Amino acid sequence: MVRPLHEPGTTVDGYRLEALVHSGGMAILWSVTKPGIALPILMKVPRIGEGADPAAIVSFEMEQMILPRLSGVHVPKFISAGDFSVQPYIVMETIAGTSLLARLPELPLPYAEIAQIGVKVATALDDLHRQHVVHLDIKPSNIMFRPNGEAVLLDFGLSHHDRLPDLMQEEFRLPFGTAPYMSPEQLRGMRSDPRSDLFALGVLLYFFSTGIRPFGESETLRGMRRRLWRDPVPPRKLRPDYPPWLQEIVLRCLEIEPAWRYPTAAQLAFDLSHPDQVRLTKRSEKVERDPFGTVIRRRFKPDTLPQIRPSLNDQLFAAPIIAVAIDLTEGSVPLHEALRTTAGRILATLPAARLACLNVRKQSRITIDFTLDEKGHNKQIDRLVALRHWAEPLKLEASRLTVHVLEALDPAAAILEFANNNRVDHILLGARENSLIRSLLGSVSAKVAAEANCTVTVVRPPRTGPITADQSKD
Amino acid sequence: MLIALFADIHANRQAFEACLAQARADGAERIILLGDYVGYGADPEWVVTTVMELVNKGAVAVLGNHDSAIGTPREHMNQLAQIAIEWTRGELGARERRFLAGLPFQHHESDRLYVHSEASNPRAWTYVTGTMEAARSLTATTAHITFCGHIHHPALYSMSATAKMSAFTPTTGAAVPLLPGRRWLAVLGSVGQPRDNNPAACYGMLDTEKSELTYCRAAYDIEEAANRIRRKGLPIWLAERLFLGR
Repeated sequence: MVRPLHEPGTTVDGYRLEALVHSGGMAILWSVTKPGIALPILMKVPRIGEGADPAAIVSFEMEQMILPRLSGVHVPKFISAGDFSVQPYIVMETIAGTSLLARLPELPLPYAEIAQIGVKVATALDDLHRQHVVHLDIKPSNIMFRPNGEAVLLDFGLSHHDRLPDLMQEEFRLPFGTAPYMSPEQLRGMRSDPRSDLFALGVLLYFFSTGIRPFGESETLRGMRRRLWRDPVPPRKLRPDYPPWLQEIVLRCLEIEPAWRYPTAAQLAFDLSHPDQVRLTKRSEKVERDPFGTVIRRRFKPDTLPQIRPSLNDQLFAAPIIAVAIDLTEGSVPLHEALRTTAGRILATLPAARLACLNVRKQSRITIDFTLDEKGHNKQIDRLVALRHWAEPLKLEASRLTVHVLEALDPAAAILEFANNNRVDHILLGARENSLIRSLLGSVSAKVAAEANCTVTVVRPPRTGPITADQSKD
Repeated sequence: MLIALFADIHANRQAFEACLAQARADGAERIILLGDYVGYGADPEWVVTTVMELVNKGAVAVLGNHDSAIGTPREHMNQLAQIAIEWTRGELGARERRFLAGLPFQHHESDRLYVHSEASNPRAWTYVTGTMEAARSLTATTAHITFCGHIHHPALYSMSATAKMSAFTPTTGAAVPLLPGRRWLAVLGSVGQPRDNNPAACYGMLDTEKSELTYCRAAYDIEEAANRIRRKGLPIWLAERLFLGR
């Protein structure tokens, strides 16, 4: 029989209850200690018994299944779980500090800080989605930060694991989540779309940058359902100085159709980290909500949600971030063409993929590098122009293309750092053609291929056909 | 302990050999056989002899409807199955036929139940096609985990303490924790004639310590299995469907 845990000092399976940390509707949190465990740890005990919410048991079962399967810095480390038939509990790492909820009195926050928070949370979400989990309850109280700034996501009681039975789905016909943050598709009972978390993060970014919740606080199903057709007030109407790039990002997250949002959390993090490269569409200019006619059309349009959805992994793999490194000084025309052909093939098969074109401006260790050359041209801008020129024949929509000039002593290290920071899935780069230069300077592609933690494709110009003739065409 | 579970081998020697080898390489310590050793495939004698050897060494085997049909001509079957069973009868010796006739409908072990089809009435050979049949099966028994086969489609059902059902299509190779707070019905895919559009042979691995179940797939020499079906003059579709997993 399940005994209620009330007394500090009680010991459960060797864990000593020290202090009650939190008492919520579904669970109670105790700080606990156990000889041999130095890490500060918490015990989460579900509220079960007479009169308890039946969802408390199921959501606890879900968390008991999901948390032990998660790893990495963006989730609390799982320590152990107690048998449900004796005393159900989960022991996990305590994350020090306070959640984002503590920031509510300071709202609205500065725009730069909003972007920083967004990048961190989106990065954590990307990590979670890659572990086959959709969180489905992203809100300020479930987000904390490690001392180094990395976001930690808490509470997987409402989450969906793509490779485990979804007990919440079967058990309850009503949607579960936190009303202001719940996505339209969650309200329709869909629980397996990672873009639902991007919607919730969009709500959070909107709220934190304006001080107002985009869909209010209505807890009734009717009130919540309004977001299926009614778009939020554009942030620029609330704050005239609202940056267009931020409005573009936030409103894209809040699109009613999941397919119109960012395809992955990694792509959202990418835009939030490069505000100057965000493609500004009509969204960024909006100062009024959609006209009445549009809203009415949405209100009475039949449900068009597809019945069969790809698995979470397939969705993520279909929307990779591809980085192509272009050597503007040494690379030959055939090599540039070969790189473009390879990039074009990948982008054609994956319509949600995006391309980041990189060029590394090598800094000299000794001489001072001037931004302007002898003729007064801005070298940085010249190179950005050259990168766009390289990409032009690909005819990519602007939202799929960004260009970046990195400055570094070591080109390989710069490419690797960019790939890590931006969660790049695939790096394309050309092999150095001149074997003399390669033997003197070492191969950039070899170092990148050896050290990258994503796929690397090293491209060479085609072997067949006279290369010189190709060059003369240009 | 790691337990390997095989259902619906259907006289497919190549598939069964591949599954046994893969399960043993992955550390299987015990073998459970969930019925339908014969029918459809071209190697009933080899499969039944192998099953008999495994049982002699401690494996558990229960009866399937095709096995039952060998000694019970009244057993109702579709036409293809009927043709295959009639051919199979002539392939099995008295020893093998006696072995099949003596198999139990179900077997209890610890908190687990092994049975070929839906467990409320194993003699009726009911397919578990959805939560309704799964609920009937779980309500009629007391085991924490019931393992069955028969339908050739892998699925995992559970029933909560409040009798709510959940259904799930397992992902190959992803271990699922069978939580103690609910009761589970694991429907295994088929070793010898998969019908879930995946031609690879399907079996299960249960880790009793972690209480985790993994649905596994093994690649096997389909070409050879199909050739043998053709050579024995069995209906051609029985060979073709192996390539499609239908």
